[in-house]
Amino acid sequence: MSARVVVSMPKSARRGEVIEIRTLASHVMETGFRRTQLGELVPRDIITQFVCTYNGVEVFRAELHPAVAANPLISFTTVATESGTLEFKWLGDNGYSATESAQLSVS
Amino acid sequence: MISRRAFLLILGSGPAFAQLPPNITAERQAALRAAIRKATSGAAVRAGKVTISIPPLIDNGNTVPISVTVDSPMTEADHVKAIHLFTEKNPQPYVLTAHLGPRAGRARVDTRARIADTGQVIAIAQLSDGSYWSDTVSVVVTLSACLEDGLI
Repeated sequence: MSARVVVSMPKSARRGEVIEIRTLASHVMETGFRRTQLGELVPRDIITQFVCTYNGVEVFRAELHPAVAANPLISFTTVATESGTLEFKWLGDNGYSATESAQLSVS
Repeated sequence: MISRRAFLLILGSGPAFAQLPPNITAERQAALRAAIRKATSGAAVRAGKVTISIPPLIDNGNTVPISVTVDSPMTEADHVKAIHLFTEKNPQPYVLTAHLGPRAGRARVDTRARIADTGQVIAIAQLSDGSYWSDTVSVVVTLSACLEDGLI
């Protein structure tokens, strides 16, 4: 499965500014409650964890459940404290794992 | 010999009721209460401080934009530690749990959820002082998520 993810956030910010980060992961988020036409249960396949670290320090974490829509969007905020790297990590069923990183320059 | 009326009754009642547990509403309510208890470890939840922003009439329950905001200064001394989001009528009440801290700057999280049926959406925020606050919104769903399962 291709693990395509998109992170949208500003490239630069003033020190102390609150920036909004929007993340999207391409994933079916199969609930485990649906059945095929033959009545067999389709096994659950979802993203269960999302973590955002800012220069190695965790600033946001989310636990996802089957009730999150397909291609999960998670949007949150963080304070721009210093220039550096934000790393995003998604983990899920069947060994799903995706990572993305973005640079932020703080003036 | 079986009468025509009795035969039709058997035909009509059998398959329709076989799919659904008889007390589905009570089961969902119990599951929701259990989920909230688990999230709050049994602490009292007060209404207020939390605001759910969600369209009141949902055309498509498969992707419902939800935004949860908590009235908090987000300082080291007073901040939101976690935001839990639940729905009343889904097969599982959990939607999302977000863990944040003073570095979030603002106590807000946005996502998109699946909502199975007309009912309530509940957000609970856990504050750094150990108190829990909640908001409950009733929504109407036209096209349900999970409809094909007969889960409603």
